Amino acid sequence: MVQLTLPKNSRMTTGKTWPKPEGASNVRKFQIYRWNPDDGKNPSVDTYFVDMDSCGPMILDALIKIKNEIDPTLTFRRSCREGICGSCAMNIDGINTLACIYGMDEIQGDVKIYPLPHMPVVKDLIPDLTHFYAQHASIMPWLETKTNRPAKEWKQSIEDREKLDGLYECVMCASCSTSCPSYWWNGDKYLGPAALLHAYRWIIDSRDEATGERLDDLEDPFKLYRCHTIMNCTKTCPKGLNPAKAIAEIKKMMVERAV
Amino acid sequence: MSFLTDRKRAVGMGSAKSGVHHFWAMKMSSVALLILIPLFIFIMGPALGSSHEEVLATFSRPFPAIVAALTIIVGFKHFRDGAQVMLEDYVHGTTQKVCIILLACLSYGAMATGLFAIAKIAL
Repeated sequence: MVQLTLPKNSRMTTGKTWPKPEGASNVRKFQIYRWNPDDGKNPSVDTYFVDMDSCGPMILDALIKIKNEIDPTLTFRRSCREGICGSCAMNIDGINTLACIYGMDEIQGDVKIYPLPHMPVVKDLIPDLTHFYAQHASIMPWLETKTNRPAKEWKQSIEDREKLDGLYECVMCASCSTSCPSYWWNGDKYLGPAALLHAYRWIIDSRDEATGERLDDLEDPFKLYRCHTIMNCTKTCPKGLNPAKAIAEIKKMMVERAV
Repeated sequence: MSFLTDRKRAVGMGSAKSGVHHFWAMKMSSVALLILIPLFIFIMGPALGSSHEEVLATFSRPFPAIVAALTIIVGFKHFRDGAQVMLEDYVHGTTQKVCIILLACLSYGAMATGLFAIAKIAL
């Protein structure tokens, strides 16, 4: 049965409140999820106050400022700071998004930051994405061909290339999959919106010759059909992509093939 | 504790190679109900508040009886398929299989009861 309550050792507690910066007039309150696997304590929410007059405009700027100036133990992933690497995905103000491209002006009141929902936590804001990446690998995210390799290149028309727009831009940040209730309940078997969007990207690639095998591998009550078009994936995608549409297209192809 | 690789855990037992027919059946029954439910309400609505004899007379006519029978068949088939999806979502393991069997018994049992009642009145 689905577990609707948190296990005892996952229940939230109130954490430390860090002092306000001295002499700052423009201060913003941040409430951030903390959990350390080494101290044996339950997760808590720490409160930080950030001087906005000396802070960049994005959530990631504030996190880096907190880590540099207030609490060096705060742990989170980040790299490109421009929405390309997908590392800094987290739940900000109730929305799964990338901290580097989410502006603080988009949030009213206190800023609440949690790790991506329903994933095992490694530490603080870092979720364990091992299974998510393995699912992505399982859809064979590469060009599969049977024809002998051409002398120069696999050709693709402009029209066929355009079909990949809105799909190839996915940075695998896991915001969509971790916002999906179906993925929460059945993430062990359901591939989730990110992996399915990538699957569709290769299914409709005009150069790929494994369309049938790819559809075969997806035709499963759990791998594909756990999607109930809830649309949280599309609503939350920080890159503005539409995984729900990609999944619907796969379902249409399945019907086209079978009926 | 088992030392499965991440890939092995993700692939599991592979694809069941089924699901599209369930999906298509749900779509077909949805469209059928879109027609049948308004038709059922339109035909049976006027019978509401009528006397027992008048209601029996309505159900005895071929068209209302056939619409009612189709609504019951398609409605309970749709219910069975939809509720099975819900059970697959939220219930796991052996309990899930038992629940799906009970659901089938309930749906087809209710369907048979409804059809028997209509047949008894109409024939």
